Amino acid sequence: MSAAAQDAGLPLGASYDGMIGIVADPMLQHRPGRHYRIALGLAFLATLSFIGLVTWLFVAGIGIYGNNATVVWGFPIANYVWWIGIGNAGTLISALLLLTRQPWRASINRFAEAMTLFAASIAGLFPILHLGRPYRAYWLAPYPNTMELWPQWRSALVWDFAAIAVYILFSLLFWYLGLIPDLATMRDRARSRRARLVYGVLAFGWRGSARHWQRHDAVYRAMAALAVPLVVSVHSVVGLDFAASLMPGWQESIFPPYFVVGALFSGFAMVVTLAVILRWGLGLQAVITERHFDAMGKILLAGAIVMGMSYATEWFLAWYGGERAEREVLHFEFTGPYAPLYWTMLACNVAVPQLLWFRRLRTGLLATFLIAVAINIGMWLERVLIIWNTLSHGYLPSMRRLFQPTFWDWATLATSFGVFVFLFLCFVRLVPAVAMHDVNKRLHDEQAGRA
Amino acid sequence: MAAQLFPPWATLAARLVLVTGVLLPFGLVGLLMAVQYTPYVTGQTITPEQPVPFSHEHHVGGLGIECRYCHTSVETSRFAGLPPTHTCMTCHSQLWTNAAVLEPVRRSLAGGRPIRWRRVNELPDYVYFDHSIHVAKGVGCTSCHGPVDSMPLMRQAAPLTMGWCLDCHRNPAPHLRPEGEIFAGHWSPPPNQDRRGAALIDHYGIRTEHLADCSVCHR
Repeated sequence: MSAAAQDAGLPLGASYDGMIGIVADPMLQHRPGRHYRIALGLAFLATLSFIGLVTWLFVAGIGIYGNNATVVWGFPIANYVWWIGIGNAGTLISALLLLTRQPWRASINRFAEAMTLFAASIAGLFPILHLGRPYRAYWLAPYPNTMELWPQWRSALVWDFAAIAVYILFSLLFWYLGLIPDLATMRDRARSRRARLVYGVLAFGWRGSARHWQRHDAVYRAMAALAVPLVVSVHSVVGLDFAASLMPGWQESIFPPYFVVGALFSGFAMVVTLAVILRWGLGLQAVITERHFDAMGKILLAGAIVMGMSYATEWFLAWYGGERAEREVLHFEFTGPYAPLYWTMLACNVAVPQLLWFRRLRTGLLATFLIAVAINIGMWLERVLIIWNTLSHGYLPSMRRLFQPTFWDWATLATSFGVFVFLFLCFVRLVPAVAMHDVNKRLHDEQAGRA
Repeated sequence: MAAQLFPPWATLAARLVLVTGVLLPFGLVGLLMAVQYTPYVTGQTITPEQPVPFSHEHHVGGLGIECRYCHTSVETSRFAGLPPTHTCMTCHSQLWTNAAVLEPVRRSLAGGRPIRWRRVNELPDYVYFDHSIHVAKGVGCTSCHGPVDSMPLMRQAAPLTMGWCLDCHRNPAPHLRPEGEIFAGHWSPPPNQDRRGAALIDHYGIRTEHLADCSVCHR
C-alpha cells in the first residue's frame, strides 16, 4: 500500500463493525440528548423568524434594509457571496481530495457536502431578497414568454442564477450518490419497521453487490471530475459579478481566482468549525482525529498566505496601474470610515492564521476552532468591504454615500445562521454524518498496508 | 433468510414515482408557460358586455361611416377617443327614436351623463401607447383592432402581449399602408407588400433601428 493510503488518520485497532456503530448507532438507538433538543428548538425558532423577516421584506420592500442608491448591493449580496463561499469547501473536499487521493477526506466529506448544500441554498436566497421586485425573480430563467424577452446576458445576475442553480443541483446529486450505500446500511441496521422502510426507499434497492460497487465507483469518480471545474466556475462567476463592472476596486483580472481561493478558505474554516462541534456532539473522536485537523490546518494556512498575496497584489496594482480612482479607493480602504473593519479583516484572514505554523496549535482543538471562527468573521468582513468600499467611493463624488446596516439587515443575517443550524441538526440525526462505507474502505487499505 | 422488506410491486411503484417525479414538474411548468398564451390571460377574442349592443358591422360595414367620425382624436392624441352621446344623436335623434335598445343613449342625453362603455382593448399602465403616431406612420386601424367592419359586437382582436407589439416593431414593413388606406375598414396586404412596405418605411421616415428599444414604450 502506498504511503498516502496509510494516512487516513483512523485509529489502529478499529473494526468495520465498530466504525459503523460509532456513526450509525447514535441515530438509530439513542434518543437525542437535552443539548440537542434545546439547540434544535432554538434553531427552529430562528428559522421561523427568518421566514417572518423575509415575508416582512416582501411586504414592506427593500427599503427596510440599509441599501441605498449608491451602495445598492449592501448586506444581501455580501451575505450571498459569503454563504456561497462557505458552500465551496464541501464539493472541493469531496471531489478534489478524492481525485488527488487524500484518504483523510473520508471522515469529513459527508458533512462538508451537507454544509455545501445548505450554505449554497441559503446563498441562493439573498440575490432574490435584494431585488426591488422579488416576485419577478423567475425572469432570470430563459423561458418562452409572451413578452418575447430573454434575460439580459450581459447582467451578472443572470450568470449568478445559472451558476448557483447548477451548483445546488449538482451538489445535491453528488451528495446523494455518495449517501446511497450508507442509507442501505441504515436500512439493514434500523430496528423499527418504519425506519427500515424509509431508509429502504431512499437506498434505491442497494444490495452491495460487486456490480453495484463497480458502477457506484465509476459514476462517483466521473462526477468528482466534473465537480472540480464546476466549483471553480461558480466562484469565478461570483468574482466576475464584480470584475465585469467598471467600478474602481472591482475591475481587476485577479478577481475570479481570488474569489475561488477566498471561498475555499472560508469553506474550510467552516468545515473545521463544524468538525469540532460534530466530533464532540456525536462522539466521533475515533473517526475525526487530530490528523484531520492537522491536514485542514495546513490548508487554512496555505489559504491565508494566498489571500495575503491577493490583497498585496490588489494594492500593488492599484498603485502601479496609476488610475486615480483606483488609488483613491485603496486610500479609502485604509483610511476611510470602514478602515477599522478593513484592519480587522486583515488581522483575521492573514495574521491570525499564521499561528497554524505551529503543529501544536493545528492539532489543539480549541486553538484551531478559534482560528477558524476568526477566519469566518474575517472572510465575512471581506465580502462586506468589497461591496461597501467600492460602491461608497465610486467615480462620482456627489454620489458617495456610506452603508448603514439596519436592524433588518442584521436580523436577516443572524437568522440565516439559524436556518443553517436547523438544517444541519436535522441532517445529523437523519443521515450518517460520516461516509461509513468510505471510512471502512480506508480502514481496509490501512490494515492491508500494515499486514 | 429474513422476510423481504418490500413486496414485489414496490419496484414498479418506485419506477412510476421516479417517472412521475420528472414528468410532473416539467408538465406543470410547461402548462404554466402555455397558459400565458391563452385568451384567459391575454383577453384575445373576448367580447365584453356593453350598455348598448353597438354594432360596428352595421355602422362601419353596412353604412360606411368612417372610424374618425366617432373616434375623433385618433390623429392628434394618445387616445383615439370615445364619441360623446351627441355624436350618436346626429342620426338617432331622427332614426329609431323609440327603439328599446337605444334607451340608455336617450337617458344619457337627457341626464347629461356619458354612457359607460366597457373598455375592449386595454393596455397596462406602464405602456405608453400613442394612437396618433401609429396612424401618422401608416399603421391602419384594423392592423390592431381586426376587421371591425364585420364585428356585430366589438371584441379584442389581437392578444395585446408585448411579444405581439414587438413582432411589428421589429419588422413593421408587412403592416404599413399608404395614407389613403389607413382608415379602411377591411384591409389585406397587396402581393407586392414586400417592396411597398420598404418604400413606405422610407416614405414615413421610420427609424426602425430604435423601434424595439425599451424606452419607446416604457418611459
